[in-house]
Amino acid sequence: MSRLFGIIHRDLRLALRQGSDSVMVVTFFVLTVVLFPFGIGPEANILERVSSGVLWVTALLASMLSLDRLFQADYEDGSLELLALTPTPLELLVLGKVAAHWLTTGLPLMVAAPVLAVLLNMNADGFVTLLLTMLLGTPTLSLIGAMGAALVLGARRGGVLLSLLVLPLYIPVLIFGVGAIDAAVQGLPVHAHLLILGGMLLAALALTPWATAAALRQALE
Amino acid sequence: MHRFANPARFLRLASAILPWSSALSALLIAAGLYFALFHSPADYQQGETVRIMYVHVPSAWLAMACYSTMALSSAVALIWKHPLADLVAKAASPIGAAFTFLCLVSGSLWGRPMWGTWWAWDARLTSMLILFFLYLGHMALINAFDDPSRGAKAAAILALAGFVNIPIIKFSVDWWNTLHQPASVSKFGMPSIDPAMLLPLLLMALGFTCFFVTVLLIRVRTEIIASKLRAIRMTQIHAVPVAVPVAE
Repeated sequence: MSRLFGIIHRDLRLALRQGSDSVMVVTFFVLTVVLFPFGIGPEANILERVSSGVLWVTALLASMLSLDRLFQADYEDGSLELLALTPTPLELLVLGKVAAHWLTTGLPLMVAAPVLAVLLNMNADGFVTLLLTMLLGTPTLSLIGAMGAALVLGARRGGVLLSLLVLPLYIPVLIFGVGAIDAAVQGLPVHAHLLILGGMLLAALALTPWATAAALRQALE
Repeated sequence: MHRFANPARFLRLASAILPWSSALSALLIAAGLYFALFHSPADYQQGETVRIMYVHVPSAWLAMACYSTMALSSAVALIWKHPLADLVAKAASPIGAAFTFLCLVSGSLWGRPMWGTWWAWDARLTSMLILFFLYLGHMALINAFDDPSRGAKAAAILALAGFVNIPIIKFSVDWWNTLHQPASVSKFGMPSIDPAMLLPLLLMALGFTCFFVTVLLIRVRTEIIASKLRAIRMTQIHAVPVAVPVAE
């Protein structure tokens, strides 16, 4: 357990000292969302209708933005190899890095989302659900994304490839995240959507670290 | 299983199977098309457009079977480091992508007169589209590395991770209330499809399967030959010209 926290601590400190990764992600999120009223037009009811989808799609793209750096920097300077040589299981290392990734991207996105929801005129009934879906959905995105990031280590044009691998697997999270918010805005029960999102998070938590660790092992061979 | 790890044995086996499977697929598809186009009734609701189904449904089955083949051989390759399983996975993914594309296009052509739209965002269609993207990602990842064995391993992990989509496609029509009709052949008890329609459908499905086997064998054979060529080139590149002592 202390090893897990050690890795999280290390990654957080690196993110803090090298700076600006989470600031970049949130800035991208805000700027892209702000583009939509210009693109679609400022009518309040149209913005209200599309707000949940716009927020989720842009949050998903923003969380993908910092993925290719998740293992790349450590892979290039060799510290990933050293981390893999320690007695800590690689799966645990992956969980630690994913947790740090979520703390530096998913959490800031979650904090920024309600402010942007106000800008997009979202119905106030949807706010709590928006936060809950983000809370359940963004860690799933980080977990799946870490797998993609590990797979493309050392590949040519890894960044573009990463989006091709990861985006199809993101679609279920997007569907149920937006579905829950839309249900909440219309006054329908959101229970089922949230349970499915939670189920996807648990499944991803149980399965993706193995796949990510396997991908890292073959990258380090 | 390890008996088939020997490429020479595989090549012998493949060249023994190939004439049969290619003849059988031509025969079955020809017979299936004949029955589908001339000897089966038009649907009482859908009219003649129902005949699109004889291409659409087998290609959808094969698209999923192809992914399952790919996932299975990826698992075999990862667990037992079976050298041919990697090649099978690599050979299967473009075929599967082609079947998925055929399924999407034929479904779209059918949907225009029947549903009044080329495309609907319902669960079955969306999950099939995701399958298509998974195939594309697999193909891209395999070719993204300088070292072919690294690409094969990374793609194997991706193929296994993407396998979650297969049960979602299969059960999407049961779990969600979709526009796409639920299964009518593979259900318990009698299939709810007229025998006169079932016959060409099954003929086409078998024909498509034989076609898949044929193309897969050809592609694996080509991959084996290509890797041999690569090995020969590598030895030629690395062969240092040795000064031969000349007898005086």
